[in-house]
Amino acid sequence: MTVHLKQDAPDERNVLDFTGQSVIGEPLSRPEGLLKVTGTATYAAEYEVDGCCEGVLVTLPVVRGEVTAIDEASVLSMPGVIAVLSDERMTGRPAQGMAGEAPFQPAKDVCYWGQPVALVVAETFEQARDAAKHVAMDWRSEQAPLDPAAVETEESESTRQGDLAHAMAEAAHSVDVVFTTEGHASAAMEPHAALAQWEDGKLTVHASLQMLKFNRAELADSIGLEEEQVRLLSPYVGGGFGSKLGVSQEVVAASLAAMHLGRPVRVVMSRQQVFQTVERRSETHQRIRLAADAEGRLTGFGHEARVSNLPGESFAEPVLQSSHFLYAGENRLLRLEVARIHRMTAGSVRAPGEAVGVQTVEQAMDMLAEKVGIDPVELRLRNIPDKHPANGKPFSSRKLAEALREGATAFGWEPRPRTPRHTREGEWWIGTGMASAARVHSVVEAKARVTLRPGGTALVETDMTDIGTGSYAILGQVAGEMLGLVPDDIEVRLGDTDLPPGSGSGGSVGAASCGSAVFLACQGLRKELAERLGIAPESLTLKDGFARWSGGQKALTELLNQEPIECTGHFEPGASTEDMAVSSFGAFFAEVAVNRWTGETRVRRMTGAFGFGRVLNARTARSQCLGGLTWCIGNALTESLLFDPVDGHLVNCDLAEYHVPVNRDVPDLEVLLLEERDAAASPIQAKGVGELGLCGGAAAIANAIHDACGARVFAYPMTPDRVLAAMPET
Amino acid sequence: MAISINGQDYPLPEDPRTSLLDFIRRDARLPGTKKGCDHGQCGACTVLVGGVRINSCLSLAVTHDGDEVTTIEGLGTLAAPSAMQSAFVAHDGFQCGYCTPGQICSATAMLQELAAGWPSDATADLEAAPNLTDDEIRERMSGNLCRCGAYANILAAIRDVAGESA
Repeated sequence: MTVHLKQDAPDERNVLDFTGQSVIGEPLSRPEGLLKVTGTATYAAEYEVDGCCEGVLVTLPVVRGEVTAIDEASVLSMPGVIAVLSDERMTGRPAQGMAGEAPFQPAKDVCYWGQPVALVVAETFEQARDAAKHVAMDWRSEQAPLDPAAVETEESESTRQGDLAHAMAEAAHSVDVVFTTEGHASAAMEPHAALAQWEDGKLTVHASLQMLKFNRAELADSIGLEEEQVRLLSPYVGGGFGSKLGVSQEVVAASLAAMHLGRPVRVVMSRQQVFQTVERRSETHQRIRLAADAEGRLTGFGHEARVSNLPGESFAEPVLQSSHFLYAGENRLLRLEVARIHRMTAGSVRAPGEAVGVQTVEQAMDMLAEKVGIDPVELRLRNIPDKHPANGKPFSSRKLAEALREGATAFGWEPRPRTPRHTREGEWWIGTGMASAARVHSVVEAKARVTLRPGGTALVETDMTDIGTGSYAILGQVAGEMLGLVPDDIEVRLGDTDLPPGSGSGGSVGAASCGSAVFLACQGLRKELAERLGIAPESLTLKDGFARWSGGQKALTELLNQEPIECTGHFEPGASTEDMAVSSFGAFFAEVAVNRWTGETRVRRMTGAFGFGRVLNARTARSQCLGGLTWCIGNALTESLLFDPVDGHLVNCDLAEYHVPVNRDVPDLEVLLLEERDAAASPIQAKGVGELGLCGGAAAIANAIHDACGARVFAYPMTPDRVLAAMPET
Repeated sequence: MAISINGQDYPLPEDPRTSLLDFIRRDARLPGTKKGCDHGQCGACTVLVGGVRINSCLSLAVTHDGDEVTTIEGLGTLAAPSAMQSAFVAHDGFQCGYCTPGQICSATAMLQELAAGWPSDATADLEAAPNLTDDEIRERMSGNLCRCGAYANILAAIRDVAGESA
């Protein structure tokens, strides 16, 4: 049985509010939690496979060139070495998210410093690692552009409306500023890993990947296999944050080696290789122009950005994504340009676009509030547009005003125009700042199968992944709510391409897309149960393992009569998300201390208020928001990929030099989950939450720095040297 | 010539290049201890040697002849998790779970260090016994990175366990 829905209209029935089991939204613990805390959840590299050999990638230290010869004999005599693989099908770059086709090949055509070009396979990891350092190779190299500011750019996107220049000239108040942000790394804690087995014409790969149905197609296409010959397994993924959206180099290399050797092969990237070869968030250069009348109402809005990527890559960091609709202003200019340079592939890192695009707009808004002389919260409230300012579409549901007001109250925000340097504690200036949050919502096609077992329990199956987001928890809760079962009676199996293809985890699409597929499957099961009882599905209540209707009640086990019933839910996005502007919104508030002598910033507390449709599990949703706020701190203060301007190599390619926030960087964080039902977003009225928490928050910190010490810093991250240089003398 | 891991003896590896981390994960078949960076930068590989926490990736297995090592599997099991393991579940002190075994090993040993009076950068008075403040816990847990950003919940979990034992 299959239930298919292409959602062309908003679903305002809010079915999950009336089913009666009351597990949806509850802050339940993760069902896989005990496995994770006892070290018994198994990640990609950890499967015990007989006869498994170990592969280590060989990389080339040039930004542009070609490998012309690989001397396999140079290492074949070393202890334990089995093979040196330099197959033409090895991939030089990762696939972009949802590509579904082979990424750049062949690997020997080198386009960035540290590109993998070969694989050494040995009996043990120590042997392979040693041999990989000793492979003799010939290559030719050439100069290539490295500086995004020094090359001609290509236009990626451009929207003009009215006359921004005129609006700026006529404005009572205006802001025209340039910001820069530096590259970011996903830096998921589990390094990219693959364990490949080739048996009887079938390739089975345990890998650390986010979007299996796409990854399967990418791997099959890379190698020249049919998709049916490839099985991917990723039941546990040690973080992704975009870096595991597309199939990466070690997956293809391990697969090819397993096929060549007829033995299982494991390839785990070193931390340095993960930094150097997978993907980065592009650095950006952004000009923001705001024109406003005397009361601060926007008449003009300009956002122009330059990002970079390798030649041949279609991805351009979508910096302007939320700028299209966050604020009003009839005269608009939005333009995105791409510089082609030779740094590793630029791709999706958590919240691509908004993670760097909202925080610049939000700092410029703070500057505008200062010029107008009003409370920065009030400036935002005055500029919430009635409808999408470019295309006139209505907003499906929007909690921006509520987030601003409720966040301000929870934080204890003082509604006043900001005057810097109002509070000092010893050598620390203290200040507060705020920013809006916005992140576009999208859903993608997803399937899930739900089986009611004779014993009255349920099984949920899809190839969806749980990368820490809480998929195991929320998919079980959707099924539990629909089928009237307690969570302990539901098993959720994920991360296996033998299961129905879900959405995968990425772009915050997973919960709404796969949750809807599970919802639809359960609708099919409810219909079947109602038919068995001879009643209308609407008259059926399922609760605690019993079917109840006006005429009586019956145990689910009795209704099933020793036979399982299963249904596959098939969700497809339709016109409902096309006809409306659908997005998640929120607000950030931060208090910081800035050292008057060193420029060091410490975040002292943060509040985030977020509206993202129905909350499916208040605990895991809150954790997603906590993660987002933590990323705001790194984004604001410490994270920055640094490239050598001469030879183009990534200088800080490890966790000692690329500074992700540590425990002591993160103060008390408060999260407000705003109740919302977005009927257009999905049949379960849910939107995404995985990325919203870092879309703009760095500006709350930037604005707090300004409020504290008077330094307006236009370059992210706001390291002590930059804050100090911007600090007023007196 | 053996290393004791969770009370069981394992012969030293033949290859002297084997790190204690790889020895635990591969030779002892205890993959609960994680490899995040292999360079002592992330803390995912934290285990207890003689009750003291170390980064197992920074230590060669052959230097641990006769040592008693405790890994996440030795702290508790699915059937009988430790108080710290249960608190991490209760407070959602993890998301992807990959740094989690290291966090839990680290937190377990950290509370003993604090009880033993070891000072930290967050200790105001080096002469006095350190207090169990949030900042002390944060500082002492800053060698264990969590990219999911679960620090706030990790702190809550540790505070919960420390409160019980105090």
